Amino acid sequence: MVNTPLSAPLNNAFDYTRSVGPTIGEFLTGLRRKQIIGGRGSDGRVYVPPPEFDSATKEPTTDFVDVGSSGTVVSWSWVPVPYEGQPLDHPFAFALIQLDGADTALLHAVDAGSSANMSTGMRVHARWAEDRVGDIHDVAFFEPGEGNDQPDSGSDPGAEPVAMITTPVRLQYTHSASAEESYYLRGLAEGRILGGRTDAEGKVYVPPRGASPTDGRPTAEQVELPDTGTVTTFCIVNVPFLGQRIKPPYIAAYVLLDGADIAFLHLILECEPAEVRMGMRVAAKWKPREEWGYTLENIEYFRPTGEPDADYDTYKHHL
Amino acid sequence: MTDIAVVGFAQAPNVAETAGTTNGVEMLVPCFQQLYSELGISKSDIGFWCSGSSDYLAGRAFSFISAIDAIGAVPPINESHVEMDAAWAFYEAWIKLMTGEVETALVYGFGKSSAGTLAKVLALQLDPYLVAPLWPDSLSLAGIQARAGIDAGKWDERAMAEVAVRNRANAHPLAQLTGVLDIDELLAADYIADPLRAHDCAPVTDGASAIVLAAGDRARSLRENPAWITGIEHLVDSPNFGARDLTTAPSAYNAALKASGGDLSSISAAELHAPFTHQELILSEWLPGGTTVNPSGGTLVGNAMFSAGLERIGHAATRIFDGKDSRVLAHATSGPLLQQNLVAVMEGK
Repeated sequence: MVNTPLSAPLNNAFDYTRSVGPTIGEFLTGLRRKQIIGGRGSDGRVYVPPPEFDSATKEPTTDFVDVGSSGTVVSWSWVPVPYEGQPLDHPFAFALIQLDGADTALLHAVDAGSSANMSTGMRVHARWAEDRVGDIHDVAFFEPGEGNDQPDSGSDPGAEPVAMITTPVRLQYTHSASAEESYYLRGLAEGRILGGRTDAEGKVYVPPRGASPTDGRPTAEQVELPDTGTVTTFCIVNVPFLGQRIKPPYIAAYVLLDGADIAFLHLILECEPAEVRMGMRVAAKWKPREEWGYTLENIEYFRPTGEPDADYDTYKHHL
Repeated sequence: MTDIAVVGFAQAPNVAETAGTTNGVEMLVPCFQQLYSELGISKSDIGFWCSGSSDYLAGRAFSFISAIDAIGAVPPINESHVEMDAAWAFYEAWIKLMTGEVETALVYGFGKSSAGTLAKVLALQLDPYLVAPLWPDSLSLAGIQARAGIDAGKWDERAMAEVAVRNRANAHPLAQLTGVLDIDELLAADYIADPLRAHDCAPVTDGASAIVLAAGDRARSLRENPAWITGIEHLVDSPNFGARDLTTAPSAYNAALKASGGDLSSISAAELHAPFTHQELILSEWLPGGTTVNPSGGTLVGNAMFSAGLERIGHAATRIFDGKDSRVLAHATSGPLLQQNLVAVMEGK
């Protein structure tokens, strides 16, 4: 059988919510009213953004200082092809910018049109986002030249200090199955269940693994297994959860296929929850052939065969 | 103090893309088999296992647990893991040997960088409140650091290109990039992250490596010329890279001073974990003039994430095994822009 590994896109996405604490909160609350804030350290320097703790005294930063929203580029690099999620979707510079009144530099984007318009020492100013929520993106990017934006005067009595931010993470991967997972998944696509072992003396693992967990030797030999087996242990699912596809209560069980040395988790249907038991003999209920893919979901569930229960000794080493 | 030495090193080829999984088993099994066979040992001879890898790189949870299949963990093994370059797993193993609890350890690292978008994944090691949300990719940040040095007059684009030429020419047999480069052709190429060109940046590499450590007589019995670790140290600089001088790496220098007992003068070869040409210039600044820098070609010829630092230790130790040097230095880095640095000094006896 051809066995180049199967692969598929894997897109991970998560919106992290983070409580920002008093120091970053002060900075973000400032951004919301178009004011950039630094923190004075015990060395007298103004750090922007303000550090949560002074690296010399280990004390929290409490001396907050308003700095300008214009500044000087300390160093920069040109991004010819921006990644999704970066501040601009056309070529731009990432730059360290020392704002007026600050002693350290802030990382942000500069929208300069071309790298030819960038230089160390150039003056830039913040371009504020229209809708400011208390997030680093409240500064949309920096632009060349001096700005004349003023902070919103006075405090906004309606707005609470910023306490939380949401930072979405979206990453794209190509996930590769191992050689063993690949023949297993290709087998399923043909309605066959393939396990693997190191040699005739080895344990039969299904799904097959790359190496024997007992000695690390490659599990090079394929073993075809029947779609009948024994329930080794089970639980009744009573708890509803997000994404649940079957109405509780239902049975999730470990099924030890005949000839396998390790059980896998699957559903047991066509069986009253009160009737499921260790040792119960079950067989796969396959989906219609036209719905098969490279997945164990080709087996919709297992169901009782009606045979007498398996003897405990036949599965006691597989619990 | 317990004498501890590196006695074996194996690595998978540095490649642009492996067909294997992100849990590294396919790359690690041959490394382990090579070490067992070279040293005449088996799994049961290893007292402690420690690995370095990253689930962010793999895009999946607990990829390092799957990697343990490459060992065979039944019956249970004494095992640990760091979400860092395996050079830090090496440090943990060294501590474990120092306790006297075990007399051998196997350290390994692996990563399949090609599975995702490495330059973006690395943004997730930055401050998650005010920096990472802007998704500054690793090339852009390195470009900012390179320009800081150019503006300060510490190096220029030609000096950076010379680093690329030398490393490419020195590339070890399992390197991803080899060959003779022409410096004027390099400098005529387009920027990929102005002021960085492709030759200034390590390639995206899939790889793995493994090292066996042993104490005292056990080390002497396993290897004719063990690479004795006479000093090892790791230190950090501030993660706030807008508030530090990016043209230096004080934590690397101070780690080197500590690991060498203040004597860097007799270091004859150094393996430096520098994924960018200008970073090798920063790191070699404090080495004596006659030191051979990156005789393996370093990280610029193959940057196997989470094992490239361990690989530096392995290549440096190999020079002791082979009798080429009597005192070598190996460096590993982690975090953005040489923020965190580990240095090990090894000697033949």
